[in-house]
Amino acid sequence: MLEPFAVKDCALIAIGTGERAQNLRELRDRLLTTHPACIYHHFWGGLLRPLFDDPEYQNEFAGWAWHGLRDARLAEKLALIDPSQCPTLDDLRRELVEVIEERLDESEFIPWAKTNQQFHFVRSQIVVFDTNLRIEHPEALGELLPRLSVGSIFYHFIDGRRRTASRKDDFSEWLSGFGESCAGVVERLSAVDPYFSSLTELRRELEAVFRSCPAVEQTS
Amino acid sequence: MSTLLDRYAKIVGEDVVDHLRQLARALEGAKVVHVNSTREGGGVAEILHWLVPLKQELGLNATWEVITGEESFYQCTKSFHNALQGNAVGIPESLLRNYEATVQRNAEALQDKLEEADFVFIHDPQPAPFLRFCPNRKGKWIWRCHIDLSHPYRPVWKYLRQFVANYDASVWSLADFVQPLPHPQYLIPPSIDPLSDKNVELDSSEIDEVRERFDLDSQRPIVVQVSRFDRFKDPVGAIRACRLAKGFTPFQLVLAGGGATDDPEGERVFQEVQNEANGDPDIHLLLLPADAHRTVNALQRLADVVMQKSIREGFGLTVTEAMWKGKAVIAGDVGGIKLQVINHHTGFLVSTPEGAALRIRYLLKHRSLLEEMGRKAKEFVRENFLLTRHLREYLTLMLAVTHETQERIELG
Repeated sequence: MLEPFAVKDCALIAIGTGERAQNLRELRDRLLTTHPACIYHHFWGGLLRPLFDDPEYQNEFAGWAWHGLRDARLAEKLALIDPSQCPTLDDLRRELVEVIEERLDESEFIPWAKTNQQFHFVRSQIVVFDTNLRIEHPEALGELLPRLSVGSIFYHFIDGRRRTASRKDDFSEWLSGFGESCAGVVERLSAVDPYFSSLTELRRELEAVFRSCPAVEQTS
Repeated sequence: MSTLLDRYAKIVGEDVVDHLRQLARALEGAKVVHVNSTREGGGVAEILHWLVPLKQELGLNATWEVITGEESFYQCTKSFHNALQGNAVGIPESLLRNYEATVQRNAEALQDKLEEADFVFIHDPQPAPFLRFCPNRKGKWIWRCHIDLSHPYRPVWKYLRQFVANYDASVWSLADFVQPLPHPQYLIPPSIDPLSDKNVELDSSEIDEVRERFDLDSQRPIVVQVSRFDRFKDPVGAIRACRLAKGFTPFQLVLAGGGATDDPEGERVFQEVQNEANGDPDIHLLLLPADAHRTVNALQRLADVVMQKSIREGFGLTVTEAMWKGKAVIAGDVGGIKLQVINHHTGFLVSTPEGAALRIRYLLKHRSLLEEMGRKAKEFVRENFLLTRHLREYLTLMLAVTHETQERIELG
């Protein structure tokens, strides 16, 4: 018998590190040494804090390349980096540095931002708490999803990828324990790209996955 | 009986309020004291008016204290404010000594309460030296800076830094404002209360009454700027923008502002603004009492376009208020305004009266775009700048600060 799924919730709080960059070389240098939590924050933190819902670029490094440096080419290349494809934050850091160094190599001068357009490195602390909700069966997870807070969605579907050995989200990890009967839903969950959705949209996408998987019904 | 939180749940959703209750459970019974320098007028007082009762409803033992002083104390603290936002203001030694003595007197009156508290939030520079007068404090002390400190006048910041460096943490509205300090510096943008008199829905009869009271013409568009008469809000620049645009499209400008009890410069700036307006009947200067919240609400709702032509701004809650009322905002490209006004989506950022004039003409001509921007602005505020998000971050901060700089804090 599998352990029940413990529903947790979380909240992020941002911390200014005081590190900043005014040109592309400074950004590269800071990226080489900055706390991994900063990399995480600038890719994923926007989901749990004020950010316009229709940003031109999904991560803040790409956003700054355009709004701060006015370098559209670099912004496009940085925007293409998908954090969910990088197993660790150090891999993600290397990917970022690689793209920036390539741009520095091909540039005749270093792009600069105005003083009031500097890039500020921010990291977050995550506070995780137990909701005391326990889910015994996969179908109950599907029923509960519409009522889960966006904090729970973030914790289990995004943050989970940092915590589990398989680098999967918590829902997939737990459902995998039910074997073949949940293989379909696990596969569909793996196809949900969390990077281009707000948490509310993501919750709706997850609900749709459960609705479309009759196999989950048969496990009870 | 419905609680305050139940009423907010109708606006932001049950899940958001449940989340707050769960987060607050770990802080139940904690003694929290907020200290600032005015109970009426200005964004800080407005925030504390809702923050404290909501913390109480969530089971925290929260209270709010206000420091008091003589005219010379407020002159000194207003100079701090101006200097921290970048003006090269020299402050006489005698004013500084008087400031320190006033703060000490206030701190001593509150000493027992502050030393007993689990969390003390000191807002802005006015009460900053309190920490020094509470040597037996047992809780965490947090300095909350609401000011745009991105380019402070260095001698004044150096003087104030000595008082804030020893806090356990500080809170800033934006990363751009953060100054190097030897403690964690949290980032929490402020917010508005959608149920306050300033923001609650109004009947059309109440809005019409305000239109008539101030003799505003219902046939011509209205551009409104609401803010204290403070040079950083650039009311003179707003009038210049109005003059530049009025030749192309007829409209009325309303500059409405109250005074804060801790702002001794308001009257002088109002005089400057009157001189600039020079009796123009299409420029309405309204000096409102600090508690005229429903009037301000009605004026913002009457506006076709809202302007906030600030040249320095901590956050700009009047921008948030206008956006919540579905208004596109033309605003100075400074401080926390940049976090709210997204060019071509929720309004326009401008750097000059000329820029503001251009955008007034543009928006008054493209009415459907104006409405679309207003709709986006309201949703953006609902998601990000209502007090429930702000309260969540305060609760998270309180939990985080007790775990120092740990990246991941698992409760329970």
